[in-house]
Amino acid sequence: MRKKIIATTSLAGCFGCHMSFLDIDERILDLIELVEFDKSPIDDIKKFTRECDIGLIEGGVCNSENVEVLKEFRRHCKVLVSFGECAIMGGLPALRNTVPIRECFEEAYLHGPSVEEANEEMILPNDEELPMILDKVYPCHEVVKIDYFLPGCPPRADLIWNTLYALVTGEEVKIPYEVIKYD
Amino acid sequence: MDTKWIEKTVDRYGRDKTRLMDILIEMQQEKGYIPSDTLPVIARLTGISQAWVEQTVSFYHFFRREPSGRYAVFLNNSVVANMMGREKVARAFEEETGCRFGEVSEDGLIGLFDTSCIGMSDQEPAALINGKVFTRLTPFRVREIVRNMRAGKPVEELSTSGYGGGSNALPLIRAEVRNNIQRKGLLLEENYETGTVLREKLRLLTPEEVIWEVKLSELRGRGGAGFPTGLKWEFCRRAKGEKKYIFCNADEGEPGTFKDRVLLTEYPGLVFEGMTLAAYAVGASEGILYIRYEYKYLERYLNHVLEEMRKKNLLGKNIAGIEGFDFDIRLQYGAGAYVCGEESALLESAEGKRGEPRFKPPFPVEKGYLGRPTIINNVETLCSAVKILYFGSEWYRTMGTEDSRGTKVLSISGDCRYPGIYELEWGYTVNDILDMAGADEVQAVQVGGPSGTLISPEEFSRIICYKDLATGGSFIIFNNHRDILRDVVHNFMEFFIDESCGSCVPCRNMPWLLKQKLEKILNGHGVWKDLEDLEKWPAIMKINRCGLGQTAANPVITSLRNFRALYEEKIQKGRSFDEGFDLEKAVEESCEVVGRIPLI
Repeated sequence: MRKKIIATTSLAGCFGCHMSFLDIDERILDLIELVEFDKSPIDDIKKFTRECDIGLIEGGVCNSENVEVLKEFRRHCKVLVSFGECAIMGGLPALRNTVPIRECFEEAYLHGPSVEEANEEMILPNDEELPMILDKVYPCHEVVKIDYFLPGCPPRADLIWNTLYALVTGEEVKIPYEVIKYD
Repeated sequence: MDTKWIEKTVDRYGRDKTRLMDILIEMQQEKGYIPSDTLPVIARLTGISQAWVEQTVSFYHFFRREPSGRYAVFLNNSVVANMMGREKVARAFEEETGCRFGEVSEDGLIGLFDTSCIGMSDQEPAALINGKVFTRLTPFRVREIVRNMRAGKPVEELSTSGYGGGSNALPLIRAEVRNNIQRKGLLLEENYETGTVLREKLRLLTPEEVIWEVKLSELRGRGGAGFPTGLKWEFCRRAKGEKKYIFCNADEGEPGTFKDRVLLTEYPGLVFEGMTLAAYAVGASEGILYIRYEYKYLERYLNHVLEEMRKKNLLGKNIAGIEGFDFDIRLQYGAGAYVCGEESALLESAEGKRGEPRFKPPFPVEKGYLGRPTIINNVETLCSAVKILYFGSEWYRTMGTEDSRGTKVLSISGDCRYPGIYELEWGYTVNDILDMAGADEVQAVQVGGPSGTLISPEEFSRIICYKDLATGGSFIIFNNHRDILRDVVHNFMEFFIDESCGSCVPCRNMPWLLKQKLEKILNGHGVWKDLEDLEKWPAIMKINRCGLGQTAANPVITSLRNFRALYEEKIQKGRSFDEGFDLEKAVEESCEVVGRIPLI
């Protein structure tokens, strides 16, 4: 059987979900028997080199680059999985959704304690090389179709492992209560 | 800060933390808002934490934290108000005042705010200005009103339309509200002198016999849920407790309902007599009429009626000469929260807390107000009980249907020639009622308000009774020109989003998600999957704690069931996914703020 190909990315996230992914520990040796990685921080491949079977998305969508990357993932992956709170609901970054965007910029670049003195010319970054900020942080499924959702902040390693294993082998996914209980 | 006046107010309520609502209402009325620096003072005087005061203040719509203008205009934004031309009225207010809704004019004179249904659906568009009701507004009248505000006239003099009929014209009310009683039955018929049952019947009956008579009549709660009244009274009678309470629920907040307003205007004695009767039956010593803030204009009048009853010994000690029968009633105002119509939320509110429904059991008949056995009955239920005692349960049972005895007072509004109050025996069909109200080309009827059912002409032969179409009284008619999804369902979902107390997660989030879906469909981005989602998702609403939460998805559920074609025609054919995401629009604002041209 051909090895399944996996791609992963972190959009507006903290990489915590990827760290949790690494918490599968020695099972990573089993994993590489089953899959190959394409575009992913895990092997540092920056661009898709081929069509993939599974895409794992961490983080929500906060700027135009996130939109582009997410859409690229949708084009290249047969199955797309939102993993973690931010991808599913926007998470912490989405706390800004209730604050007018002008105030966000001003806090971040003009009046925040760490920038107050440093930005004497009062510049709001507007180079065209920079991604454009969206009006709010979107969950991934409001931008592209998402096939599966793995909840958690971060999702437990067991949940990620069980899901990947099921997706790769075609077996039914096992989700015991312990892996989706959070209190 | 001068804390004297705060102290005075708090003292008037015996520094009782459970009277926090009254204290805050007085603050609000005194200052037009509740200044932040009053909160620690209230907390200190009543012996509760500031957070407690804060959470109560923040819960209620009519408690303002910022100055709301010397004239605070609360314009109803319910579905019927919109149908009757609210949009033009709102624009006129904005043009004349120079501020937008949700804001206060620069000179601090006029504040404009939206508010949910204020119980005037038969005379919309309507607004509350400093607590006074203005009905049947037009842009012309708005210009007049604003002009007079600028001239500094007191709010009483802003009205130019004359007083409404009946008690509305009394010096103690002076409201331009109309009763619009279109049909009278056994409840509204003037065939009874208030106080007769207390004076003549009670001495001949034991409390058990009163309960028995009510049970025989098969009277059921008129708030909508239909619990047998006699049984409720019996439970409370049996409950252990030295002190028991009778609550009358006059917090009718279901959009399209206004019958309690008319009952309280024209038959307040009957309502209070019903409470007293219930008190006799269950052995209660204190009664509280919990009434919505929107009906604040009735306060002086209702207190006057209570005073008159005390003078006639229909309240107070040894009522009607019955030794040891002591009972009195006071008013408890809410401050703008639909959920407080739910009986346990109502109790929380009456105890000075946020109106968050309690877990049941225990039910209020065992542990209610202040943890004591409490009856909570609808205004209409209590009125019916008096008539039952007077005319007898046999007679009462001759009216209505097998499972729904007696009559029901309906509040009819929307597209019809004769909106108003209709008292009907249970058992009429929707068609009968549409005929009565003079409604043509009817596309849909909302029975029971937003939490009820939206029915199509195919179902107009269904009958109004608990078994078939149960209703607390709201009956809103929509003709063929109305856009059901945009004008009705969307408005109702916004209502539920505003009014959720936020305790249960599904109730807090699902109405919002459903509204998003609905908007997506209305904007042409809908796909089949969206309809499937709209059908499946609301199932989770059943786990919400109270009736509001459990029914908050009903506008979507029932419109999808009965008007599916309206949804389907807006769905894109041949597309399985459409996120509706528009990058250009999403980056517009940020590019403007930083001064760059969007590159897409």
